[in-house]
Amino acid sequence: MANYSTNEFKGGLKIMIDGEPCTILENEMVKPGKGQAFNRVKIRKLISGKVLEKTFKSGDSVEGADVMETDLAYLYTDGEFWHFMNNETFEQIAADEKAVGENVKWLVENDVCTITLWNGNPIAVTPPNFVELEITDTDPGLKGDTAGTGGKPATLTTGAVVRVPLFVQIGEVIKVDTRTGEYVSRVK
Amino acid sequence: MNDALWAPSAQIETLKQRANILAKIRAFFAAREVMEVETPCLSQASVTDVYLATFSTEFVGPSHAKGLPLYLQTSPEFAMKRLLAAGSGAIYQIGKAFRNEESGRHHNPEFTMLEWYRPGFDEFDLMDEIDCLMRTVLSCDVATRMSYQDAFRAHLRIDPLTIELEALKVVCGQYGYKDIAAQEQSVDALLQLLFCMEIEPQIGKDAPCFVYHFPASQAALAQLNDADPRVAGRFELYYQGMELANGFNELTNADEQSKRFDKDNQVRAQMGLPQIDKDQRFLKALEHGLPTCAGVALGIDRLVMLATGKSEIQEVIAFDVNRA
Repeated sequence: MANYSTNEFKGGLKIMIDGEPCTILENEMVKPGKGQAFNRVKIRKLISGKVLEKTFKSGDSVEGADVMETDLAYLYTDGEFWHFMNNETFEQIAADEKAVGENVKWLVENDVCTITLWNGNPIAVTPPNFVELEITDTDPGLKGDTAGTGGKPATLTTGAVVRVPLFVQIGEVIKVDTRTGEYVSRVK
Repeated sequence: MNDALWAPSAQIETLKQRANILAKIRAFFAAREVMEVETPCLSQASVTDVYLATFSTEFVGPSHAKGLPLYLQTSPEFAMKRLLAAGSGAIYQIGKAFRNEESGRHHNPEFTMLEWYRPGFDEFDLMDEIDCLMRTVLSCDVATRMSYQDAFRAHLRIDPLTIELEALKVVCGQYGYKDIAAQEQSVDALLQLLFCMEIEPQIGKDAPCFVYHFPASQAALAQLNDADPRVAGRFELYYQGMELANGFNELTNADEQSKRFDKDNQVRAQMGLPQIDKDQRFLKALEHGLPTCAGVALGIDRLVMLATGKSEIQEVIAFDVNRA
């Protein structure tokens, strides 16, 4: 894999830090008028998801990470792996529990997810920004209630729990923002 | 081509404020009988400073059919000192300076510098005058002052004048700079790292802060202190996370100056950087005689950022490098 000098740093560049593939979020040059220049870089570790700051001496090089992203449709899970398919080539990839992580609760069959591959292996699964899921359990709401009150928890088919308005009932399908885990609307 | 890049990076309203600030600065110096001067942007000599990268070009024309190498000046310092040696008296300049390899939130490769020199002043007299200018332009509080040594003692509990390289590496490791420290052999580079990252954000929050008596090893073009030769008559000004100015009780000794240039070139050789010819006209001027004086360079763009509350340098210059 190529090395990148600090002058090549920019948002989105994938580099290796402490043996883990990372993506650069922000890159800032810090330089005293008389003195050594440094690059203060904000990075996200792609496996742990941790965001941290790292400082480099300007001009130093860092090993690049062989990371690529691919859009694949979620098929099913066999309990151990979650299987995804490229809708054009029909090639399949299996992601383990570590790669799927918390996002397992947003996986809807046939939804196209972004799979992050490091050296060809899946390390992260990012669901679409919005998913539609059916409510399997929630307290019966009060008639005539309008959105804007505190709402109530509702359990979805995947096990995800989101706060919904009181008028939303079991069996209804709702739209959820996976980035925040918040209810967006009912789906007719 | 991105079609939107024809437009200025600064709002016109900001440029009006900038123009007002420049007018205030000129009035400030006019009232003090400091003469405005202009010196070349294109110089036949470059600078030996290890941490400055110059742009170079070539003049081709009458008398120079084969081309005369020219360098865009990184600061007007040498030319202004030649004027001082020629008897100009107190002078100031508002002009462009050019530094390659520098671009970011606080850096544009081409920027505007205010530089001025005061014969008969020492660095503390000059700090008084800078303080006055700051209050005139920014309506800020009176500046605070602390020595470089006290800044490190107060914020990092180390003495920058006595600490050894290995001990300094340990401290850098404690602040999360283990990787840089492991490969670094220069005490000054590590002190600069800690100063930039750990001290600068802590000082000059409410009022501008002068840090004076930089270590002799970072003297640049300042005289060493008579009473304590471990430190130099060099100071910097910080305000709200920004390095605003760098000043010296100016070195006037030509031999000493020439030696410092040689030393820069030795360090350049160690770092694999090109050797730079010494500016002989500047050295000749020092031999002729530079009056005892203090001088300072202040970043106008950053001053305007502070005055207008902008966080990016491109917001205070008409066209930043990406739109130039």
